[in-house]
Amino acid sequence: MTDILMPALSPTMEEGALAKWHVKPGDTIEAGQVIAEIETDKATMEVEAVDEGVVEAILVPEGAQGVKVNTPIARLKGEGAPAAKPARQGASAAPAAAPKAEAPKAEAPKLAAAPAPLAAKADGQRVFASPLARRLAQQAGLDLKAVQGSGPRGRIVKRDVEAAASGKAPAARGAPAAAEPRQVLSLEQMGIKPGSYDLIPLDGMRRTVAKRLTESFRDVPHFPLTIDVEIDRLLEARTRINAMLEKQGVKVSVNDIVIKAAAHALKAVPEANASYTPDGIAMHHNADISMAVAIDGGLITPIIFKAETKSLSQIAKETKDLAERARSRKLKPEEFQGGTFSVSNLGMFGIKHFASIINEPQGCIMSVGAGEQRPVVKNGQLAVATVMSVTLTCDHRVVDGAVGARFLQVFKALLDDPVTMLA
Amino acid sequence: MAQDFDLIVIGSGPGGYVAAIRASQLGLKTAIVERENLGGICLNWGCIPTKALLKSGEVFEKLSHLGDYGVSAGNASFDFKAIVDRSRKVAKQLNSGVGFLMKKHKIEVIEGTAKLEKGASAPKVVIDLKAGGSRTVQAKNVILAVGARARHIPAIGLEGDGERVWTYRDAMNAPFFPKSLVVIGSGAIGIEFASFYRALGSEVTVVEALERILPVEDAEVSAAAQKAFEKRGLKFRVAAKVTKLDKSKTGVTLSLEAGGKAEQLQAEAAIVAVGITANLENIGVEALGLDLDRGHVKTGKHGQTNVPGLYAIGDCAGPPWLAHKASHEGVHVVEHIAGQKDAGVNAPIPGCTYSQPQVASVGLTEAAAKAEGREVKVGRFPFRVNGKAIASGETEGFVKTVFDAKTGALIGAHMIGAEVTEMIQGFAVAMTLETTEEDLMNTVFPHPTMSEAMHEAVLDAYGKVLHI
Repeated sequence: MTDILMPALSPTMEEGALAKWHVKPGDTIEAGQVIAEIETDKATMEVEAVDEGVVEAILVPEGAQGVKVNTPIARLKGEGAPAAKPARQGASAAPAAAPKAEAPKAEAPKLAAAPAPLAAKADGQRVFASPLARRLAQQAGLDLKAVQGSGPRGRIVKRDVEAAASGKAPAARGAPAAAEPRQVLSLEQMGIKPGSYDLIPLDGMRRTVAKRLTESFRDVPHFPLTIDVEIDRLLEARTRINAMLEKQGVKVSVNDIVIKAAAHALKAVPEANASYTPDGIAMHHNADISMAVAIDGGLITPIIFKAETKSLSQIAKETKDLAERARSRKLKPEEFQGGTFSVSNLGMFGIKHFASIINEPQGCIMSVGAGEQRPVVKNGQLAVATVMSVTLTCDHRVVDGAVGARFLQVFKALLDDPVTMLA
Repeated sequence: MAQDFDLIVIGSGPGGYVAAIRASQLGLKTAIVERENLGGICLNWGCIPTKALLKSGEVFEKLSHLGDYGVSAGNASFDFKAIVDRSRKVAKQLNSGVGFLMKKHKIEVIEGTAKLEKGASAPKVVIDLKAGGSRTVQAKNVILAVGARARHIPAIGLEGDGERVWTYRDAMNAPFFPKSLVVIGSGAIGIEFASFYRALGSEVTVVEALERILPVEDAEVSAAAQKAFEKRGLKFRVAAKVTKLDKSKTGVTLSLEAGGKAEQLQAEAAIVAVGITANLENIGVEALGLDLDRGHVKTGKHGQTNVPGLYAIGDCAGPPWLAHKASHEGVHVVEHIAGQKDAGVNAPIPGCTYSQPQVASVGLTEAAAKAEGREVKVGRFPFRVNGKAIASGETEGFVKTVFDAKTGALIGAHMIGAEVTEMIQGFAVAMTLETTEEDLMNTVFPHPTMSEAMHEAVLDAYGKVLHI
């Protein structure tokens, strides 16, 4: 028999929720057939069968939360294997098999089986590591479960153990979290009475937002730089561009122009298109712009790849498509992982200016405020202009104040006179 | 700026053409520029045609030992021209094979000589077309895979002329069969030609500047190789400094100094095999400000040069100068360009010499491992007590393994003997997968095979050898 394991749908995925089963025990499945839907912190994705066979048992019921990657979620009958022998699969599988034995009806084991094997498997989970990595870990007294693999399919290899042993690696899999739990008083201890509120369980996305942004805000030395940009000419240009694109049904937003200008500015000031790594500063070749999209229950940052090479109409089409699919949680991992610079825009809510938190490993994030008419002084005279405040939050390890300022200067000049983006 | 291609590869040797295929598989619109023959030196003037020659030499040599096998045949002879023709035919077949592969993967082949000029995100490629005229193409990324050629030292006459003084290229398409020959340099190339011409009956002397022949190999292998070659009639001068190579209408005179004494060697021809020079002239190195390191392009972990959008692989990017190293780099660089995560470990690169007997190795020599300050465990097993080797009449040579005593990691393997070039990959796989002695001991080796000596050499390193 073959176990179907909880797949890792993205490199950062550690656990997910089993949103829906498309098969039931007794079903014959073929390789490539969609058998389940998994909900992660970022998206809902379909899981396809890798092997063909007959479903013998569903080991994790629909709706189960926090299912660890590589936990068996279903079992296929093997070719020629005795059909009714799931119980002899070793200690960790025993709880799953027990209810099956007393409930021969196909659907019955679903509910009873789930929680127990989850806990058991999470601990007895198979760790993939090279023989040399195993021996080095043993000699260094390291638990391989606490080491993040960098080899093929995440296999732990020699360099990973060496890095973990020398303390250089961001020793993963919850190890640091367990090491220093932050002391938090319960709401009750802080004087908020039970029953005076509703508790919404943390879903994957909320946990990820909480974890990643806490780490970023705490560990990345960041600072904001704010600049005001006059956008009257930009708005005028946008009106003309949209009149021209109307036939194609494309509408360019101010944010699309911001993305394009940011990409151009990143090419002009490549130091701002960079990431800090322990080995050195990664200077990105392309301006892959992540755009923050608010969705139900959180946010996600789909990417306009190589934005510097794309026309406004192309960017407009992509941002529309990405935002729509982000809201219906239909983005593929590769569409929201790997940007080099972020743009977050709260202008539509009338926010004047704000400073976002660095989206690691990116060196900068740009926060765009509302374009509004403000009094400005021109040649000693008071005048009215449409002004938009833009704040760049910089990771000081990569982007120094002067670099961030130069980037904003270029960015402002491009928006002041959008025609220059054609250069 | 409009891009004609996603990727342009300059040079279609085993680095370039493999990179182009991988790029096409990953959906990149790819072109490859070649100034001479598809397949480069490797399969037109290197690895492949020399293997054809060496096979002829081996077959001929076998004939003189037929009696050992209880077999006899008439007087053995050979037709040198036919041997060379066969080698050229083999090269031609593989050359067309690369052409087919390029077509199959929809890779545009541009025949001509490329030169790089400053471009926007990557250098522009200006090609002086074979068919006449020139063409400028622009791509997002360019891979330099221009290879290398034989090194000359004209000051002391070490310069091929195609008549009496040969480079590898002349030596495999020789104008005549030399009754006597001096080979300058005892690396893989020098030793292979020495082995080939000796097998056909030429009086061959190999001159090496360093203390021992095949200087990159383990010292024990070098010593065993010299002994085995001498048994076949090859002569050697090691620690010998060449002072001058003079040529006349009828032959060459090689002046050298060894052990404080001057000596002169006469021969009908000389082969110059004293290293290689990267083909980086007239490619635009200065115009781009391309950083070099000892005559080769300086590259980073993913083959990147200091010029944005320009990568370099293979011989032009530094040692070891081996076809499979170039192919490996080609695939790695293309996958990096395509944004794939690098999950590979640092794979060791095996090296092979196709002489009689063959020599193959991967990883560190015993001396190199010790020089790194490692404590080592070393195992050896001779083919002379291996059943299959005895049955085949191929008992020359041995297998040597080097383990890190602390971790049990296999860090080096060295072999000399029949068909060892076909066996070394077993240890290469083991090292790439980071195995320890335990896994190798637990591996079952089929009986009877020469490869059992590999198993025994592992066991020997830990005092568990069985058949000795």
